Amino acid sequence: MAVISEKYHTAGRFPRFNGLLFTSFIAALCVALPIIVVCSFVIFGNSDSWDHLLDTLLGRYAFNSLVLSILVAIGVMALGIPTAWIISFYRFKGRNLLSWLLLLPMAYPAYILAYTYTGVLEYSSPLLTWMRDIDAPNWSMAAFLNIRSLPGAAVMLSLVLYPYVYLLARAAFMDQSANLMEAAYTLGQNRWRVLFRIVIPMARPAIAAGTLLAVMETLADFGTVQFFGVQTFTTGIVRTYYGFGDTVGAAQLSTLLLTCVFFLVVFEKTSRNTVQYYSDRLRKLNHASVILLGSRCKIAQAICMIPIFFGFLLPTTILAYWAIFFAELQSMWSLAVSSFMLAGLSSLLVVSVALTICYANRLYPSNWASSLLTFIGLGYALPGVVVAIGVLIPFGFLDNFIGGILEPFGIPPSLWLSGTLGALMFAYLVRFLAIATGNLNSGLSRVSLSIDHSGRLLGLSQFGVVSRIHVPLMKGSVFTAVLVCFVDIVKELPATLILRPFDFNTLAVKAFELAEDERLIDASVPSLLIVIVSLLPVIWLNRSVAGS
Amino acid sequence: MPFFSWVTALVITCVSGQAFGSEVNVYSSRKDALIAPLLVRFSQETGIGVNLITGKADTLLSRIKAEGKATPADIFITVDAGRLHRAKEAGALQSIDNSILNSKIPSHLRDVDSQWFGLTVRARPIFYAKDRVSPSDLSTYEALTETKWRKRICIRSSASIYNQSLVASMIEANGEKRTLGWAKGLVENLARKPTGGDTDQLRATAAGQCDLAIANTYYFGRLIDSPKEEDRILASKLGVFWPNQADRGAHVNVSGVGVTRHSKNVNEAIKLIQFMISKEAQAYYAEINHEYPVVEGTPLSITIGGLGDFKSDLLNLSALGVNNTDAVKLMDRAGWQ
Repeated sequence: MAVISEKYHTAGRFPRFNGLLFTSFIAALCVALPIIVVCSFVIFGNSDSWDHLLDTLLGRYAFNSLVLSILVAIGVMALGIPTAWIISFYRFKGRNLLSWLLLLPMAYPAYILAYTYTGVLEYSSPLLTWMRDIDAPNWSMAAFLNIRSLPGAAVMLSLVLYPYVYLLARAAFMDQSANLMEAAYTLGQNRWRVLFRIVIPMARPAIAAGTLLAVMETLADFGTVQFFGVQTFTTGIVRTYYGFGDTVGAAQLSTLLLTCVFFLVVFEKTSRNTVQYYSDRLRKLNHASVILLGSRCKIAQAICMIPIFFGFLLPTTILAYWAIFFAELQSMWSLAVSSFMLAGLSSLLVVSVALTICYANRLYPSNWASSLLTFIGLGYALPGVVVAIGVLIPFGFLDNFIGGILEPFGIPPSLWLSGTLGALMFAYLVRFLAIATGNLNSGLSRVSLSIDHSGRLLGLSQFGVVSRIHVPLMKGSVFTAVLVCFVDIVKELPATLILRPFDFNTLAVKAFELAEDERLIDASVPSLLIVIVSLLPVIWLNRSVAGS
Repeated sequence: MPFFSWVTALVITCVSGQAFGSEVNVYSSRKDALIAPLLVRFSQETGIGVNLITGKADTLLSRIKAEGKATPADIFITVDAGRLHRAKEAGALQSIDNSILNSKIPSHLRDVDSQWFGLTVRARPIFYAKDRVSPSDLSTYEALTETKWRKRICIRSSASIYNQSLVASMIEANGEKRTLGWAKGLVENLARKPTGGDTDQLRATAAGQCDLAIANTYYFGRLIDSPKEEDRILASKLGVFWPNQADRGAHVNVSGVGVTRHSKNVNEAIKLIQFMISKEAQAYYAEINHEYPVVEGTPLSITIGGLGDFKSDLLNLSALGVNNTDAVKLMDRAGWQ
């Protein structure tokens, strides 16, 4: 009763003060803070190096970011669509295994792939030594030695990001109605024409959404482009901030990057919305109806194996080989502990806040609350570098402010906020809240409101509804949310690098530092640990997807 | 390197476990391995405890700035005069007028206001592939823009402070306009987009991707002394050429140290710096990292001694810091990535 009446009372207008809603509002403010801070500098800031940036570097940053995005978009489609198509429409030996092996490259942060391939393809590597022994042509070796370049970065990013396209395209293919395809066949169209004129066009919104997600990740990437010396917006922001010591310039570059990301988000949302328009769920085809045998089976397997091999099997073998036989293990244990502790605490924080927001939205639904949720969803599109700068500026300001208040009392100034794990966890909250709310919301939406109402009618309190109905039903979603956040935090590089407290190291930061020091083999240990941990949600998610 | 981790751990345990009469806190951007053993010796000799914190130079400096008066740091150690100057500009350091430091460290290797002091010297000469280049074709940094070197040179990116300082020294010698022309010419002569560190340039030169490389001497020293045979073979393919011997001399730089403005242990800090320019410490640096000592009369490592004598640029290194921003902007304009 109470639930229903409250729902009616508050729908569509501003609700009374309420703890849950208040928390949601504060969370939204947190996400907004870095954006507001960074953007405000466009209006108020006065950058020392802006003219110089405009003259010389801005064009290069924009050009490189654009070309990289286009190459990655092509790359993820080239890897994602054919594999999704083969898995959806054909039956062949190993199909089930391949369908989930194709997800494994997701476990790799692009920068770790970059370190691994650079290590393999450097001059003194066994591969290059062998190529010299057999007198391989110089150009082929030059191509390998040139991996540290923009095309090289595009290959690395495509190899880890194609699963976005693969997953969404596969879902779209499997969701397509049989009627249209059968109609096409009866009209005498062959398989290829059906593919290019019906199947792919119908899946286009899903493919576009996957590609746009990959492009957003590309724009946010810092580790790969930094290591390969490709000058993009993210490296430019860090360089302006540290190299020139120019906060305002860094904030202004961030705003430009945010603008690009914003357009992508809008674009992605619109292409997702049209997915609904196309799907007709009345009758689904048993898609995987064509059985492939012999050489055609081999070809299908080979096409699926390409991204698995280069995106997972090969680099993992190399990393493991280095880690076991060559790397010098230095205090990796304590690094792993601090990494996992930080990620664990942060993901619990993120998921608790996300739970509060999702419940606020469920118990007191209003346009106002749901637009807050949409807004929080933007957080994930924020590049880590931008979040870091957007956190560092206001926190530094607050530190000064607090210092000013405390000084008359004889308390020496200190970094009350900006140099603490709190600042870093705040940045994680901003960046990853969206993932948690997304996961929880999809879980909550499966628990229909009428179940709640039945529970209440049968005499449960609101708390009883949560503890006796929601907790058992939501366990899986909450666990998934924690797991996904945990792994994303372990992998996160730029924000951690910029905001981590002074003597605090994580696996990702250590891998980055070792790689920057040209110690790629030693970097294999933290890298391998990150990849192993990141495999957990990939396996878990696949299990739950397969289960549903 | 587990040994060095142990040593660091030891330093830290010493300090926390067993109370020294006095102590000094070091923020260092040099690797543990290059500094921790020296600090242990210092503690043993003087009874002064040392706390060591290592990190990236820029991060350490932002930290000292942000900590302000509260900073626990007494000493800031980093490489490159450009960075030391950045620390000075940020108001993080204080002037130390100490006769021992002034007499032992040549004046061009310390700050004009005595805010930082060079501890070791590294040179940035030209390396050439012995089988493809005759050293008689080489003369100066300036001559690297000659058309005969078109697409034959490897150098790392302009983000590297080593290159920023090299360009800063050239601005001092030749003026901004000529240096811009030089940087543009150099970019045209690059064999590939600048990537990787100094060792990568040396590797690429040995591999035949380029014929000349510009790199710091100790990177070459490490290859010569590498435990890996491949590295030693690689080094044997390269020759070192000391440029500008007829005029100002080859570009040199330092790793250095300064006492922080808000240090609470200034006397101990000065003692530590004095220790670092002692014969023992200087010889240690030369041996372990193939750097040149700042104090005259210290023996060189055999490896580095093998590179031969050379005339170095006597420009006061403060100029590298003063010209740093101009150098960075100039390189951006020249399209040096």
